[in-house]
Amino acid sequence: MAMLEVKNLHTYYGNIQALQGISLEVEEGEIVTLIGANGAGKTTTLRSICRLLDPRQGSIILEGEDLANCKAHEMVYKGVAMVPEGRGVFSRLTVAENLDMGAFSRDDASGVRQDLERVYNLFPRLKERRAQVAGTLSGGEQQMLATGRALMAHPRLMLMDEPSMGLSPILVEDTFETIKAINKEGTTILLVEQNATMAFSVADRGYVLQTGEIILHDTAENLKTNEMVQKAYLGIE
Amino acid sequence: MTITKSIEIRDVIKFGLLAGVIVLSLSVIGFIDLLGTRELVAGMFTLGHIFMLAAPFGMAFVSAGKVSADEKNKALGYGFLIGVIAALPLVVLAILATSFDIRQFLPNVSPSLISLLTFGQGLTVGSLILVVVTGILGLLAAGLHTLPDRFQHPLITGLGWMLIAGTFSEILLGRVRAFFGRGVVKLIFAGKALNPIAALIIFVLAAGITYWLDTRAPKKEETVEDIKKLQKMTKIRIGLGILLLLVSPLILGTYLTEVANNVGLYVIMGLGLNIVVGFAGLLDLGFVAFFAIGAFAMGVLTSEGHLGLGLTFWTALPFSVLASTLAGVVLGIPVLGMRGDYLAIVTLGFGEIIRILALSDMLKPYIGGAQGILQIPKPSIMGFEFIQPESLFYIVLLGVLLAAFISWRLRDSRLGRQWMAMRDDEDVAEAMGINLVSTKLMAFASGAFFGGLAGAIFASKLTSIFPHSFNLIVSINVLSLIIVGGLGSLPGVVVGALILVGLPELLREFAEHRMLIYGALLIVMMLAKPEGFWPSEIIKRELHAHEEPEPVSSD
Ligand SMILES: Nc1ncnc2c1ncn2[C@@H]1O[C@H](COP(=O)(O)OP(=O)(O)OP(=O)(O)O)[C@@H](O)[C@H]1O
Ligand SMILES: [Mg+2]
Repeated sequence: MAMLEVKNLHTYYGNIQALQGISLEVEEGEIVTLIGANGAGKTTTLRSICRLLDPRQGSIILEGEDLANCKAHEMVYKGVAMVPEGRGVFSRLTVAENLDMGAFSRDDASGVRQDLERVYNLFPRLKERRAQVAGTLSGGEQQMLATGRALMAHPRLMLMDEPSMGLSPILVEDTFETIKAINKEGTTILLVEQNATMAFSVADRGYVLQTGEIILHDTAENLKTNEMVQKAYLGIE
Repeated sequence: MTITKSIEIRDVIKFGLLAGVIVLSLSVIGFIDLLGTRELVAGMFTLGHIFMLAAPFGMAFVSAGKVSADEKNKALGYGFLIGVIAALPLVVLAILATSFDIRQFLPNVSPSLISLLTFGQGLTVGSLILVVVTGILGLLAAGLHTLPDRFQHPLITGLGWMLIAGTFSEILLGRVRAFFGRGVVKLIFAGKALNPIAALIIFVLAAGITYWLDTRAPKKEETVEDIKKLQKMTKIRIGLGILLLLVSPLILGTYLTEVANNVGLYVIMGLGLNIVVGFAGLLDLGFVAFFAIGAFAMGVLTSEGHLGLGLTFWTALPFSVLASTLAGVVLGIPVLGMRGDYLAIVTLGFGEIIRILALSDMLKPYIGGAQGILQIPKPSIMGFEFIQPESLFYIVLLGVLLAAFISWRLRDSRLGRQWMAMRDDEDVAEAMGINLVSTKLMAFASGAFFGGLAGAIFASKLTSIFPHSFNLIVSINVLSLIIVGGLGSLPGVVVGALILVGLPELLREFAEHRMLIYGALLIVMMLAKPEGFWPSEIIKRELHAHEEPEPVSSD
């Protein structure tokens, strides 16, 4: 049984249909990537999964449990954490306070301390800047903070929305290294990306999203060599 | 390390004229003339002079800061020029007023105004004096800016205290007479104003004490001893503050205590709204509703008239506060999904609905309609009735301390962090596991709790309440005072209430310009000190983040 099973999601913004029946699966321990052009519905999919949006139709099943009646704020207690699109940090709180908020759902103080160590090891920059207000961090640092904050919830499934957006090539590499490392330590990852090349380099499997529909899914290896994918997302003619 | 553009002669002319035009406008609307009736230092200057000279002085002071530090003479020269240029529009006004009958267009340009502007010396001599005086003042202001902080701070503080003592000399006089008798009054005051020597002594004393305190305070929190010393000083200060509060009705006398009581009620409300707006970031424009509900609940429960149930203040208090808290929740539910401007409009409507309900015929049999509720008893404990402002002060103080304590504990609590996270990003906060519904409702309820507390005390203090006391202005006042004090800051609420509630009370005779002062103060403050007079750490670091990079601490 897959860890996360999404079946036939239909999500609307008012009368505008953004998702037209999305289905996908994520197995425990995998990195699964979801790629697609701007406006394809990637963010909408992630937000629907973590209940920030309410799909009109379809089901989300996490480890066999249907999440239909689960509220957005309960998701983290089920082991699902999100790294929001566009560096959604709490801009007026410090780095340390942001990380602290990431562990909001937890009451095991020693575990939280361990995870803080882990985050600071992963992102030494955050440790240096822990007293700084998040809104004044550089874009890359904010991205690290958003990722670190999600890790503070000690999730089993992490939903990441374009963690490489706006980063310099070196930082992008770093980010994907980090994603791999996080995954190795046992966190399953659903990764939304525009940077298909990098995404395929870390992912086990991938889904291609176009105007609210999954048009293709396969292993990352196969997708890399798929002609259509090469043309549309990898820039290979 | 900030690179400020050095100013040029063009800017000097611009600043000078700007200062001049500000004073000109204040003159033409009759403000300066009106203030001219209040003498600060006998035979020397009035509040009118202060306002007339404040703009050139301030402008020269600010400009001096924009000249690089090693060009002292340039700064002084510019200061002088700004002062001189600022006088020109006034000279033109004086010339026009003496040669033509401009009063038919500008009715406030009275002979007494012209006399004030020209120091009573006639047009030619007076204009010259004016130009020289503003010029010298500009020079002094610039000079003040070039002084090192060590001297600048005491001098400005001294000047401030002298002006405050002068502005409120009449009230001060009353207090001095009550304590030390007429003999001492004669020594310090001439008429209702300070005499020049007393003014000088106040200036020297305040400057001296400030200088002494500055040299004693540890510069930075570097060594453990410094930190201990600072902590000790803070503790002593808090202790002294509380002691001072406890005896203040004795010092202040009836009138000032009454003013303090009003300030106190606004502090309670301010602390409440501060939770909603400052902590949780929910813009609530209908805060008066909770004040009204607390007051009417107290009225109905305690009134000895035909409408009331005749309970005591202390029995009724928890019910009144409960009623307003519940109202907070009830208002919260429909606006759960709203933010920003939509929330503001809906809460605004809620405030109005409560007031109109209070006026309505439907509720008239219960709460009296426009005639309100009368014969509300004052609080009493074991036969002692809190009748005088001096004794009511302690009830208000109790309320303030309670509200301050709860606010302070809430701010550092888990709930406080939920509010702040929600304020920054609702969606992300939710993804972190924060239940937005309960978090928002708790904010509205806590705010309403304080609003109701203030209202209940208000009703009992006044002994009669009428719907028209609960209009939009109350909401605006409370919101303004927390902004002026510094959004999210607890001491800021007190500072804001003193400035926006206490000050107007003490400057009653200028009531017709009250809204003008109010508006001008808000604009000036938002431009000069957008974080408020006593900003909270969070807001301060947000607003000044781009100016000074935070020191990197690591261990
Ligand atoms: N709040 C909203 N109201 C209305 N339409 C929306 C809203 N949010 C997204 N949409 C629309 O839904 C569609 C999918 O948007 P979504 O944000 O999911 O795209 P995306 O794949 O994440 O794109 P990008 O790569 O640019 O982030 C787009 O056409 C977008 O315009
Ligand atoms: Mg997106």
